[in-house]
Amino acid sequence: MVQDLGRPGYAHLGISASGAADALSLRAGNLIVGNPEGAAALEMTLAGGTFEFEQRAVVAVTGAEFEADIPLWTAVWIRPGQQLRCGRARSGARGYLCVNGGIEVPLVMGSASTHLLTGLGGFEGRALKRADVLRTGSGRPPHSRRVTFPRPTPSPILRVTAPANIHALCAAIWEVKEDSNRMGIRLRGAALQTPGGHMITEGVPLGAVQTPPDGQPIILFVEHQTTGGYPKIANVISADFHALGQLRPRDQVRFEHVSMDAAYTLLKAQEEWLHSLV
Amino acid sequence: MRAIDASDRSLLLVFDDRISLAAHRDVLRLTPLLRPVTGVTNVHPAYASILIDFDPRVVRHRAMERTARDLFVQAVTAPIPEARTVEIPVVYGGAGGPDLESVAKLTGHTPEEVAATHSGADYLVYFLGFSPGFPYLGGLPESIAVPRLETPRTRVPAGSVAIGGSQTGVYPLASPGGWRIIGRTPLRLFDPQTDPPTLLQMGDHVKFVPIAKSIPKDTEGAS
Repeated sequence: MVQDLGRPGYAHLGISASGAADALSLRAGNLIVGNPEGAAALEMTLAGGTFEFEQRAVVAVTGAEFEADIPLWTAVWIRPGQQLRCGRARSGARGYLCVNGGIEVPLVMGSASTHLLTGLGGFEGRALKRADVLRTGSGRPPHSRRVTFPRPTPSPILRVTAPANIHALCAAIWEVKEDSNRMGIRLRGAALQTPGGHMITEGVPLGAVQTPPDGQPIILFVEHQTTGGYPKIANVISADFHALGQLRPRDQVRFEHVSMDAAYTLLKAQEEWLHSLV
Repeated sequence: MRAIDASDRSLLLVFDDRISLAAHRDVLRLTPLLRPVTGVTNVHPAYASILIDFDPRVVRHRAMERTARDLFVQAVTAPIPEARTVEIPVVYGGAGGPDLESVAKLTGHTPEEVAATHSGADYLVYFLGFSPGFPYLGGLPESIAVPRLETPRTRVPAGSVAIGGSQTGVYPLASPGGWRIIGRTPLRLFDPQTDPPTLLQMGDHVKFVPIAKSIPKDTEGAS
């Protein structure tokens, strides 16, 4: 489906920002093909598709290790009429097909991002299907002469900040459930004791680790509800959001409690890595 | 006002630990002042709190907290915006209100009494959340409060008027939902092509107005 970096600024209306599940890979792919970081691209989840280009194009496929007939994390020049095949992801979950000039769809509240749950934005508010035709914009070709770019390695350890002790969360191994999606990553494991007391609904941030009554944590993800009534015991750090987007059902994850300072050190390093690509 | 570092890119302001009109007024006045602040990416008002999302490359928690506290001082002396009253026409029961009968049974009323009680009350929009344009309404008479469904529906049609616990609301878009559906409104509570895209806003008063039993076909498409 078509994604960009989402539509911030509307949470007070109940509209979450949405956007790419692995924004780091989308941004990197855009930089590799010479686009602004936030240009619209195609997000592929677990499997890609076959894409035919009517005109010349410069493309890059970033994100997970997808079977593809072009090298990944590389700017590739495509001839008119050429087909590009992206098969399954061998590991990880999301890939980004970025095209110089960006994908053009009508903007909804300033963004090309698809919000699947509500059918907003992107290409007709849905995942792409066979015979769909997408327009691309025009842009300046990339000037970088690097051949293949290094990629971040998502780790099975999710680092979180937390206001209190989260020993039980960090001691356990959690399995990603099949019904995980862009709204939330649902985990299976030894049931956590949930904090007692009545909680009134409050705003919730991206990456929040919620504990519903059944003690099975849910990590709020890009299409999360803007407010929630379950206790929240920890929050994934910004620098590990890209790893959330690469989780597959049955993957095993662990949590590691880090300080806010450590979270910022990791974020700074990640931003420096991204901007070193071009 | 307490400030909690909720994540590495958000700050939670807490005014009270219960639902109260005083806390609501704080939220109502402070939210619009926070939205345009440099570095703020999203503001999530709720019953007695406001979550601020920010870009940590531009601003961090302590600076954001200082700004919020300064704006709060201004906010408490700002006038409360004039409240609008929005009427929402509802066809109670029938195909659009499949749970009206069970709500009646659970509360010991007739379906007509449930509809009359629901539409007889005045409601306050505490905030919009959960999904685009979804209003959290205060003021549901206790006599028609009913627990959520044991198993949520995978799809609740757009415009569904529902009760969940002591709360009532309207689903602006088709979505999964666990509340009991007692009627349907033909009004569009959310339209991304209009500005603002939501019919209701925080602080509005709402009245449900019962309308005739049949919904004309051309008003059913609001998903």
